[in-house]
Amino acid sequence: MGIVATLKQKLFRWQSDGTAPLRLGQRRIFIVPSRGGLLYALALIVMLIGAINYNLALGHALVFLLAGLGVVGMIHTFRNLHGLIVTPGRSGPVFAGETAHFELMLDNDRPTPRLGLELEAESGNPVFATVNRKKSSKLNIPVSSKSRGWLTLPRVRLSTRYPLGLYTAWAYLQPAMRCLVYPQPIAAPLPDSSPTPLGGERSGDGGQEDFAGFRDRQPADSPRHVAWKASARNAGEGPLLIKQFAGGAQVELMLDWQLTDAALSDETRIGILTGWVLAADAADAHYGLRLPGIDIPTGSGERHRQLCLEALALCQP
Amino acid sequence: MSTPAREALDRHATPWLFATALATTAPHFMHQPPWLSAVAGALLLWAVWLWWKDQRLPGRWILIPLVGAGSAGILFEFHTLFGRDAGVAMLVMFMNMKLLELKSQRDATVVVTLGYFLLLTHYLYSQSIPTGLWLLATMWLVTATLIRLHGGPSSRPRDTLRHAGLLCLQAIPFMLVLFLLFPRISGPLWGLPSDAFTGKTGLSDSMSPGSIAQLVQNGDIAFRVRFDGALPPRQKLYWRGPVMEQFDGTTWHQYKGRQPAAQLESLSPPIGYESTLEAHNQRWLLALDAPVALPPEAALSGTLTAINSKPVHERQRFRLTSSLDYRFNPSEDPLVLRRNLALPANRNPQSRALAAQWRAANAPEAIIAKALALFAADFTYTLQPPLLGVHGIDDFLFQTKRGFCEHYAAAFVVLMRGAGIPARVVGGYQGGEFNPLDGYLVVRQSDAHAWAEVWLDGQGWRRVDPTAAVSPNRIETGIADALAFGEPLPMLIQIRADWIRTLRYRWEAINNAWNQSVLGYDPQRQREFLARLGLPDADWRSLTIALGSACGLLVAGLMGWALYKQPQRDPVVRLWHQALRHLARRKVDCAPWETPLDLARRVREQRPELAEAFQRVVDAYLVARYGNTDKHLKTLRDAVARLRQ
Repeated sequence: MGIVATLKQKLFRWQSDGTAPLRLGQRRIFIVPSRGGLLYALALIVMLIGAINYNLALGHALVFLLAGLGVVGMIHTFRNLHGLIVTPGRSGPVFAGETAHFELMLDNDRPTPRLGLELEAESGNPVFATVNRKKSSKLNIPVSSKSRGWLTLPRVRLSTRYPLGLYTAWAYLQPAMRCLVYPQPIAAPLPDSSPTPLGGERSGDGGQEDFAGFRDRQPADSPRHVAWKASARNAGEGPLLIKQFAGGAQVELMLDWQLTDAALSDETRIGILTGWVLAADAADAHYGLRLPGIDIPTGSGERHRQLCLEALALCQP
Repeated sequence: MSTPAREALDRHATPWLFATALATTAPHFMHQPPWLSAVAGALLLWAVWLWWKDQRLPGRWILIPLVGAGSAGILFEFHTLFGRDAGVAMLVMFMNMKLLELKSQRDATVVVTLGYFLLLTHYLYSQSIPTGLWLLATMWLVTATLIRLHGGPSSRPRDTLRHAGLLCLQAIPFMLVLFLLFPRISGPLWGLPSDAFTGKTGLSDSMSPGSIAQLVQNGDIAFRVRFDGALPPRQKLYWRGPVMEQFDGTTWHQYKGRQPAAQLESLSPPIGYESTLEAHNQRWLLALDAPVALPPEAALSGTLTAINSKPVHERQRFRLTSSLDYRFNPSEDPLVLRRNLALPANRNPQSRALAAQWRAANAPEAIIAKALALFAADFTYTLQPPLLGVHGIDDFLFQTKRGFCEHYAAAFVVLMRGAGIPARVVGGYQGGEFNPLDGYLVVRQSDAHAWAEVWLDGQGWRRVDPTAAVSPNRIETGIADALAFGEPLPMLIQIRADWIRTLRYRWEAINNAWNQSVLGYDPQRQREFLARLGLPDADWRSLTIALGSACGLLVAGLMGWALYKQPQRDPVVRLWHQALRHLARRKVDCAPWETPLDLARRVREQRPELAEAFQRVVDAYLVARYGNTDKHLKTLRDAVARLRQ
């Protein structure tokens, strides 16, 4: 165990901190004949027997040339990976159950293209890549997320069979990359709000007085609020628009752990809270989040939503 | 592991496969039955059309009957599905049918492997230099196809071809090493199918009017000879083939029964030479008259023909020794003599009457002289003699008086037998063309010849060439001089222009070198080559070691090429990278977005003990990079050196 662990660490270790670019060296690259390679070898043996049997000097030469091609092909397959520079990129958060995408950047500083690269983090879900000469290409490695929290990028198998397909060369990459997985939202009606007038003097019903502009329609908006004329101006190309009015009573919500049914499991309660956060955000509400040990004051907007979802993703009730 | 996405064949890879199929099967169209070529071509066109129209490929219920029909056709044509010609026909058929089944990457791999295999089959028919070059080009194409299959849609044809060329070029040193050092086994490993050797021209074991005249119109090379010493005079170059003793009135045949052993006494110093015989599928070796020493696998027949133990099915080298002057069977078996006096009773009465008339009044020597004088008087040497009737010899001697060497030899022997002198016809070649470029004497089918041999008491068998009496040029300078202009001789030997002849000599010398050193590289030559390398009696073990070390060197060279990275030219950048490598060893990696100053800050946090030295490197680097290089390069070098301490 000790030796295997050390060896694994030596072989698959990224670099000291796991975020720096890595140049694939020969110690990281493994190579074995592929099924096509075995077929090729078999064909060569049959051809050699044929050449000997019919005493064909050029047949011998052909078989030997093909054997040489096999050896050269091995080196070229190896070379297709060797010296490739892999740089970890970013990965955006996803909800549990969605597919997370880890961005990797492949750099090729050689004057020849590298073709037929294949990256696979989960078996059966490969990404194909080519890197042109002296260019780099960005790839998103899909990994399906199952539960909330940090999802670290599993070991990525970077493999190639280019150019001849007679060998498979591969290297394992394990950059320190992680992606935040938000809990899977559970749709539930928002808890009763305590509409507190914001700023006091601006009370009114539903904020439908002063026209303040348009915003894109969201599925939750009633069709009655769609500004049909304004929407039609874009010749139906853009999304439907909703008239927005300033003022009015801003709904202020405190999404509290305690508001969810205590009989449910923790994960379900987190899911419900997540659903509430999304709903509140979609309704443009002012909302806060109260979890055991965490208290996020009310607020709104994209950044606030992220903050709440992050807290939910990492919360340990 | 394999997923459908990886396995699916991309549409733009398909034309490469069509090209592969066409290039690897097309040369076979030259010797295949035409219907097979038509079917193969139609299959290819169908596949191309379906691809062009982007239509679905035919299903199994069409393909299986097609395979059945194709196999049945081949079975009907060749009466077998195996063997050389039928096997090749099957491969060609399958190759083109596979194009109708190109769905996945695996199908494509099968096409490419089949393509490589088909390349080998061409060598069953020809191993000449042009074939070799054509197949090298085809191999390039097939390899490019393989690369294209794995390179995916984003590979450009030019890059693909260039990469394939590079791979093939890099494979050539391996081929040379393996070709020279791989332990050679002389085949065959088992019995070859009966159709392995067909379509070879050469002398046959019988002779009828016109048979040699027809052979002479073929410019192919029959054999090449290199003499140890000087070239013997041309008129003595009689290459002895089958001896024909039995005559049925039209055709001369070899006697198939047992012959007493030949008693040969050589009267002139022996001449050593090496003969490289082209395949003629017969057992005679065409030694210079008369052979005195033969290779161990050959023996001398009772009629002085060198006979090999096996038919010569492929180009083969023989070491022979001959004496130009000899005495052969001075005391001959009476049975043999009787056989060589026999004439069919009811044929050629005029000739026999003439011979009987000569016999009454003359000694044998005088009879021979009379016959030769008769030919010399008013006979014509031509490749296009008139047709002869039932009494062919009579017609020739008394009416047409035009004929080729077989007519003269036959008529002469009939006259001799009629006059009571044992005589027979000898087939073979006469003369040859000396190529001054490589010192080989080239003997062609157009040098085919027939002459006579008479047995004289006390002298034994003596060669008499009646053609020499009609046309001395034939013997002294060659057939092209002996025949009138307009005779159907091969173009090649008829053209007399010097520059064309020089070109031909050069081409034939190149071909000969190819045959001798490449195609003729056999276990024997391999031993000689290794002895020259300093491995006098190499067994398979030392061969394996030599082979392994040579291949190891080549692989090492290639690995060096593969691992070689262009060095960084800018000394400042190089020094900076040295410093970064040193940091990485101390577990501080520079992120790509990090500026030198940011990195220095981080080093101060993570590795305070390095901070000061690294800060100096950063300062020097920034000045050297963005300031005046000349002055500060040394500062940077010193700073990096100090960091590494």
